Amino acid sequence: MTLLLVAVVAEAQERPIAFVGARIYTIAGAPVDDGVLVVQGGKILAVGPAARVTVPAGAETRDVRGRVLLPGLVDTHSHIGGPGAADQADPVQPECRVLDAINVRDAGFQKAQAGGLTTVNIMPGSGHLLSGQTIYVKLKDATSIEDVAIRNADGTIAGGMKMANGTNSQKEAPFPGTRGKSAAIIRTRFVAAQEYKRKLDAAKGDAEKMPERDLAKEALVEVLDGKRVVHHHTHRHDDVLTVLRLQREFGFRVVLHHVSEAWKVADEIAAAKAPCSIIVIDSPGGKHEAVDLDWKTGGVLEKAGVLVGFHTDDGITDSRLFLRSGALAVRAGMSPTAALYGLTMAGARMLDLQDRVGTLEPGKDADFILLSGEPFAVATLVQETWVEGVRVFDRSDAQDRLWAEGGYGASRPQAFTWCCYDDEGVEE
Amino acid sequence: MKVLHAALVVAVIAVVATPAGAQVAVRGAIVYTMAGAPIRDGVVVVRDGKIAAVGPASSTRIPEGFRVLEAAVVTPGLVDAHTVVGLAGQYNVDHDQDQLDKGDPIQPELRAIDGFNLQERLVEWVRGLGVTTIHTGHGPGAVVSGQTMVAKTWARDADAAVVVPEAMLAVTLGDGTLESKGKWPGTRGKAVAMLRSKLIEAQQYTRKSSAKDESKRPGRDLKLEVLARVLDRKLPLLVTVHRHQDILAALRVAKEFNVRIVLDGASDAPVVLDAIKAAGVPVIVHPTMVRAGAPGNSETENVSFATAAKLRAAGIPIAFQSGYESYVPKTRVVLFEAGAATAYGLSFDDALAAITIEAARILGVADRVGSLERGKDGDLALYDGNPFEYTSHCTGVLINGQVASDQPH
Repeated sequence: MTLLLVAVVAEAQERPIAFVGARIYTIAGAPVDDGVLVVQGGKILAVGPAARVTVPAGAETRDVRGRVLLPGLVDTHSHIGGPGAADQADPVQPECRVLDAINVRDAGFQKAQAGGLTTVNIMPGSGHLLSGQTIYVKLKDATSIEDVAIRNADGTIAGGMKMANGTNSQKEAPFPGTRGKSAAIIRTRFVAAQEYKRKLDAAKGDAEKMPERDLAKEALVEVLDGKRVVHHHTHRHDDVLTVLRLQREFGFRVVLHHVSEAWKVADEIAAAKAPCSIIVIDSPGGKHEAVDLDWKTGGVLEKAGVLVGFHTDDGITDSRLFLRSGALAVRAGMSPTAALYGLTMAGARMLDLQDRVGTLEPGKDADFILLSGEPFAVATLVQETWVEGVRVFDRSDAQDRLWAEGGYGASRPQAFTWCCYDDEGVEE
Repeated sequence: MKVLHAALVVAVIAVVATPAGAQVAVRGAIVYTMAGAPIRDGVVVVRDGKIAAVGPASSTRIPEGFRVLEAAVVTPGLVDAHTVVGLAGQYNVDHDQDQLDKGDPIQPELRAIDGFNLQERLVEWVRGLGVTTIHTGHGPGAVVSGQTMVAKTWARDADAAVVVPEAMLAVTLGDGTLESKGKWPGTRGKAVAMLRSKLIEAQQYTRKSSAKDESKRPGRDLKLEVLARVLDRKLPLLVTVHRHQDILAALRVAKEFNVRIVLDGASDAPVVLDAIKAAGVPVIVHPTMVRAGAPGNSETENVSFATAAKLRAAGIPIAFQSGYESYVPKTRVVLFEAGAATAYGLSFDDALAAITIEAARILGVADRVGSLERGKDGDLALYDGNPFEYTSHCTGVLINGQVASDQPH
């Protein structure tokens, strides 16, 4: 959609819109048949059974009988938009931010909207022990990363810290060559950050006593303070336990990502109260640390009492097929309820956004998707995606359909609207 | 009496020689035979590895003593029309990647069987989801990377698994072969020129080989012998191509040398449908869910979930493939690739045909596999629901009448 159209829709949102007749998975409670969802000003006004929800006078009404409404999907781990942070100079680079790299006009954003994603944690890669600061975004149509960045209460841009262990980050020095060295490098850097934090605390804001600014250490202090959650790539069962060991030593908050072999150490993960964001792919292997990947991981973790979410790892899996990840977990024993929760609210909790997204409840952001059928059926398609009350994807629109279905030109970045030119040439 | 005794001995030997469970019948609430309308409450009787009877339970007798398996849905064992499982292993390290040797850009002499590991875990993985026949072998990445073969996914050993030892010759045109170093082509024009030169060399080799004077015949050349069979139309070229100009280049070479080709991948196919249709060439379409990659540097950038449906609507024969994957997942699964296409315009029947009978036809093995008909191999897949639904399970797999898997997957 063009920016102009977005602006029009956003304005129209002042008038309430009521979606009437759908089966609604609120995720906050049991599914509602013949439900009504009312949104206004980018927020959810009301949601519930038709008998109990009054559609405000003057509301625009959409008849969506026979279809399904879900909260917008939350992807806890994606690489859309070219998120380069750390370079090859050092295995630990907490000062690097993906927000300085991402191209929000990349077709990956449009394809993610077509998959029903509305909130995404965009991360740098796993080729480092610590590859930089991640960013939490809303998939609005945008021209700059600031347009889509989610803000913390203090106005700073929200995001976590990407870390990795196992095989991807092992390579030639200065990168580690072994697992023992990997952990030692991380411990050394966190010990230094603890020392820096002690100096900061001792200075009590006195500029004379403050240590010199150090961007890397500042970012690690945010991790030590729990302001920046560690999103940790880890596959093998022993690598998972190493993450938990480091977490105990330094007290950072962590979400375990991928966790191919989590099914082997589910009780240990549960005891550590570490949430898991899992990836579901079509076959095990492709590298050593993923050969014991198993579709049953979601169900095993659910039964162990672990908070389970999902991620696309886009381009490892395609954002347009994100619902499928939940469906395959159900195939291998996860409950459908937990799988739907995992695609929405579990991810919201992992990103500290549980008060704003992840369920359909009054007061929350109007982020939702309209499906043609049940979420885990193979033929079900996302028909519309709404972010903060604005429709950002509409399958009946030809351009949106190209991004959704693929085809010639579907991977090209979105065109920019020329700012300074018209047919006559440069504007005065 | 003596004769009877001898017969008994033969019978005992036969039972011992036939592994347990070889005499099997399968009863399905619905049986998709792919040779006529689906049968409600159908039975497939498999005797000595071959299908002995197919029909409604009401009129198809299950012989006494046969093991009976039941399922909601029964289909022919699935046929993966192009994969590299068995050659490209799950660890993805040099020592388990036998689908591509980069020593030379043109190596038609490389046989698939010499690198085929039937015990590879990815073979087991696809078998557990219903795949009983695979077209596997040398992968994309060289102008001519080597031969492919058709094999079963379960047998006594790799040699016993082979159905067609030399099925096709794998050719790649486009980004995948362009290396610009040593003997490798640096441009599309060069790659096609290299392929044409080699085929011309094979023409000359064939001519000289048929010289009346034996002393004037050339010595054996393993490369050219294989290419001679291509020129004889005995061995088709499996041409992996994605961009439209590469698809047209493949058709141009096929016409020039009057060789049989099968297009493989073909993500730009929807923009050159007429040319493909006119050439009468089948397409082993890219995995529905294959990665599009970044524009400019990925030749699958224009890939579509609807490619299969568009080719089928144009009347072009299609089959699905799991394809070659360089990373995670190391293989895709044709069951899912066909299922995903049903959300984008391909009918259930066409999708199932593209991983059974149509795939078998394109591979030239429809006399043995791909449908449930009397006399064909006893290859069946059992499901507890619509096979394409993500939440269904493959509950059993029969290969040559033997139960290769009975664990839900």
